[in-house]
Amino acid sequence: MPALIKTRMRDAFIVAVTERMAADPSLIFLSADFGSPKLDILAQRFPERFINVGIAEQNLINVAAGLALEGHAVVAYAIAPFLTMRCYEQVRVNLCLLSQVRPMNVTLAGVGAGYSYDVSGPTHQALEDLSIMRVLPNLGVYSPADSATARVLAQQLLPETGIRYLRMDGKELPDVAEAPTVAELRQGFRFLRRGQGVTLVATGYMVHKALEAADLLAQQQGVQAAVIDIMALSPLDGQALGAALAGCPAVLSLEEGFVGKGGLDAALREILWPVAGQTRFKGLGLPHHYRFDIGGRDSLLAAVGLGPEQIAGQAVALLAP
Amino acid sequence: MRTAVPCVVAQASGTRVQAGSEGGRRIRVHRPEGRVPGFRNDVPMMTLAELQAKARWVWQQTLLIHKRAPETRVASSLSPVEALVCLYYGDILRFSPKEPLWEGRDRLIVSKGHGSIALYPILADLGFFPLSELEQVCRPGSFLGGIPDPVIPGYETVNGSLGHGLGVGCGMALALQRRHSSNRVWVLVGDGELHEGAVWEAIMFAGHHRLGNLTLIVDNNSRCMLNDTACVVTLAPLAEKLKAFGWRVEECDGHDLAALHPRLSAIGREPAGQPVALIANTIKGHGVPSLEASPISHVLSVPAGEIDRLLAGDYAGAH
Repeated sequence: MPALIKTRMRDAFIVAVTERMAADPSLIFLSADFGSPKLDILAQRFPERFINVGIAEQNLINVAAGLALEGHAVVAYAIAPFLTMRCYEQVRVNLCLLSQVRPMNVTLAGVGAGYSYDVSGPTHQALEDLSIMRVLPNLGVYSPADSATARVLAQQLLPETGIRYLRMDGKELPDVAEAPTVAELRQGFRFLRRGQGVTLVATGYMVHKALEAADLLAQQQGVQAAVIDIMALSPLDGQALGAALAGCPAVLSLEEGFVGKGGLDAALREILWPVAGQTRFKGLGLPHHYRFDIGGRDSLLAAVGLGPEQIAGQAVALLAP
Repeated sequence: MRTAVPCVVAQASGTRVQAGSEGGRRIRVHRPEGRVPGFRNDVPMMTLAELQAKARWVWQQTLLIHKRAPETRVASSLSPVEALVCLYYGDILRFSPKEPLWEGRDRLIVSKGHGSIALYPILADLGFFPLSELEQVCRPGSFLGGIPDPVIPGYETVNGSLGHGLGVGCGMALALQRRHSSNRVWVLVGDGELHEGAVWEAIMFAGHHRLGNLTLIVDNNSRCMLNDTACVVTLAPLAEKLKAFGWRVEECDGHDLAALHPRLSAIGREPAGQPVALIANTIKGHGVPSLEASPISHVLSVPAGEIDRLLAGDYAGAH
């Protein structure tokens, strides 16, 4: 079992990047004036390959594109909503479009998935990113649930040609499992628990809530819920996931992003559509409006129906005849 | 010069420029011998008169492309003709038509993509792709569209969505600087494009990092899409603004090759400790009276009959 030590994904990711920078002299780290204690270590060790472009996400992406065209591997690091939405067209044109014609290696590392920045309010919360990044061609979209996954993603992705967005949590979290295998990363998902009756398919922080809900279902209802951790929304092996869900009577998707707007639930609907008559499905996520209530993250989630008890209740309702 | 290429398009201009066929001052002042082995430009030394003839040929070809493909943005494409001719025929850019992404090339980013239809005949003439492709612009199956895409041999990046080129150029310049390359990055923008905020993020970045291998050419044709730039949102004083951001700034008539070529050539030759901007003062729709006269020339097409009259030489104002 993984240790219950809580760590920050960004630190695990940056440590892995630092190790990679030692092996790959072409790797350059760009930050839009966003830091971390581990980043200080990286910057001290590789001062020539750490560049703070300032609070300028559009230029962050453009400079990353120019460096990548010249053969550099690049990590571009910023707060998730700004990394995805302030410079969306730069990502679209200079990374997604251009990388279809010329080889480029750029990793967009965003911090602040969902309600991570709980007391900062909606400006600093990434609520739309899963939907809007998933629609872009030639872009990998990764949504790790823990530091072990973020570390392995860095190790796997940084040496590869391609463009990808990593949506990392802002809070300290325990690992949900041992690090995923390469095969699991390639298919984009992994089972954390096998079960019967209902499968909770979650991504990011909601994986933690899904595991809590599964515990409640086991204790209170005697239902052994399966839990799947979606590590990549793109590329996600729909065939493999469809096969994994075959015969499952009820599937609940869980995402810390607007629900019904093209994120995880949409990906699952596409996969489950062929078996719509046999599998009941419900997508759970954030309601489609901005919220200004201040509070801890779990209280914010409970306020929108995403607490573990509420998730367990939704599962029971979905299973009801 | 590939004047021997048999092509209807090339012959339509009627200008076959023979290298060395005219007397006068040789404008080639620079061969980067000893800097980059395998300099691959296959362009003979030209006199100023030859360069002027080439500019006129490009201007004519741009109008002919527009006649066949009225969707093209002709007004915006006529203002940077001389700057592009200087770069490609004036021994400034290093390039390799048969290997467009040759490592030893200088990088030119045509950020004002839709305003660079004039580059199509240049790239074709130099052998990046066959001259016959110029007949196909905007037609099904052609790779030459109304707004150039990076699938065109000779184009570096995505163009036409405005405000991207200088930031990408900063990344390229930084990479070239890091590996002590003598190659330069040139970025061509329109003045209206300077309304995009991302350009100023890049201007700040280039100044801060002293990207002396980066040159910004502002095709200062003074017009946006719907009106004169000064009436939309003024850029004045542009030179002073760029200087304040740490750039060296030069300014000249962007249609006068005698003034423009020495400036560009010197910028390409001399190492600089800071990024350099050349403000080329131009006329949008240069040489086409109906375009020159209209503040909305950007969206205007030129009727075929007017193009025929212009190519027959009725208009004395051009070149």
